[in-house]
Amino acid sequence: MENTITITVIDREEKEHTLEAPTDMNMNLMEVCKSYELPVKGTCGGMALCSTCHCYIQSDHDLPEMSEDEEDMLDQAFFVDDETSRLGCQIPITQELDGLVIVLAPEAE
Amino acid sequence: MIETDILIIGAGPCGLFTVFEAGLLKLRCHLIDSLPQAGGQLSEIYPKKPIYDIPGYPDILAGELVDKLMEQIAPFKPGFTLGERAETIEKLEDGRFKLTSSRGTEHVAPVIAIAGGLGCFEPRKPPISNITDFEDKGVEYIIKDPEFYRNKNVVIAGGGDSALDWSIFLTDVANEVTLVHRRSSFRGALDSVEKVMELNKEGKINLITEAQITGLNGNGHLNEVVIKHKTEGEITKKTDHFVPLFGLAPKLGPIAEWGLNIDKNAIEVNTFDYSTNIKGIYAIGDINTYPGKLKLILCGFHEGTLMVQSAFKYIYPDKKLSFKYTTVNGVNGF
Repeated sequence: MENTITITVIDREEKEHTLEAPTDMNMNLMEVCKSYELPVKGTCGGMALCSTCHCYIQSDHDLPEMSEDEEDMLDQAFFVDDETSRLGCQIPITQELDGLVIVLAPEAE
Repeated sequence: MIETDILIIGAGPCGLFTVFEAGLLKLRCHLIDSLPQAGGQLSEIYPKKPIYDIPGYPDILAGELVDKLMEQIAPFKPGFTLGERAETIEKLEDGRFKLTSSRGTEHVAPVIAIAGGLGCFEPRKPPISNITDFEDKGVEYIIKDPEFYRNKNVVIAGGGDSALDWSIFLTDVANEVTLVHRRSSFRGALDSVEKVMELNKEGKINLITEAQITGLNGNGHLNEVVIKHKTEGEITKKTDHFVPLFGLAPKLGPIAEWGLNIDKNAIEVNTFDYSTNIKGIYAIGDINTYPGKLKLILCGFHEGTLMVQSAFKYIYPDKKLSFKYTTVNGVNGF
C-alpha cells in the first residue's frame, strides 16, 4: 500500500506482531504500537520523558540520531542495551523504516 | 483533621481549576498531592515545555500555566496537603468520607474528586531481583536525612542532578561515596558534573561509569553490590548503602484498592457528571476513562466544571442551583 510500511514488533511474551504503519500521519513508533493496542504505555505522550516505549532495534535500519533528551531518559530507564535501545516515541515513521523489527523492552516496576 | 466540601486528590491542572468552578458554587476545596508542589506533571515532568492547546494562549509554558491557575483559584482559598499520598478512605456514619494520607493526616469531606492524573509519582526501582529484600536494610530510593549516611560507605546510581548533587553532598558526610552511571557523560547541570569530576580526581568520589548495578548481597542487611562494567565485566563492591536515583514514575497506587471500577489503570466514569461507581466519588482528568476519552488538560477543565454541578446537588439535595456567568457576577471569593 502507498504511504504504508510494515513493522514487526516482538512483544514481551515473544509474540510477533506485524503492523501496517502510515507514513503520512506524522506518527512515531510508540503511537503505532499503541494504535495496535500493544502493551506500550507511552505515559508522557511522546516527550522522551518516561521510557515506557523503550524498545530494542533488531534490524539494521538507519534511524534518526539520538537526541540528548532521549539519551538522558535512557539513563533513567532499566534493561538498557547500549547498542540497540531506543525510545519508540523518538522514531518517526518514514518510508525508510519499512521492514523494521523491534523488541519491546521489559517493563520496569 | 481537615474538613472541606470537595476533597480533590491531585493538585495538577485539572484539580486546580476545579477549585475555581467549585468556588463559584460556594463550595470549598482542599487538595492533596504526593508531590511536594502543586502542578502535577506540569511542574514535575515538563515545567519548561510549551503547551499549545490551551484556549486563548497560543503557547504557554507548563510551569506558567500552573502559576496562572494558582492565581485564578487564590480567591477561593484552597487548602493543600502536599508531599502526602492519599492512602485510605472510609465512609463515616454521617455519610461523609474520611481520607487518611500516608503521613496520617485526616481529611473529611462529603465529596471526593480524584484528579490523580497518571497516579502518584514514586521512585523508579531498578530491576534487581532481590532489591525489595534490602529496602530499608541498606537500600533507600530517597535521601531523607544525609546524617543517616555519616561515616558509612554509600553507592549511588544514576546520572541526573539528584545523583550528582547527593554524591557531592555526601562526600562531607559519608566515609566513602561511589557513583555508578550507565554512560561516561552525565545529563545533570554542568557545574555539578564538573564538581563530581573534580572530587573524583581528589579521590573523594569513586566514579564508575559505563556500568550498572546488577546484584545485591548481604545477610539481613546489604553489604555488597555487584557492578557490571561494560568492558571489565562484574565487579563487587562492599557498601553499607545503595541509593538508586533514577527519577520518579507514576503509579495508580492505593486508589486502585478503593473499590472503584478500573479499566487499564483508569477509573470508569459516567460522562453525565464524571461520577464513579461509588456515590460521592468523582474522577476527572487523565485518571478517568469513558468512550471517546482524550487525555487533554482542556478536557479535564470541562470535566471538573460539570462535576462540581453534580457535587453541589449531592451535597445540597434540597438547594436550588442557578448557573451564573463570571462576567455578570464577577468572582466572589471566600
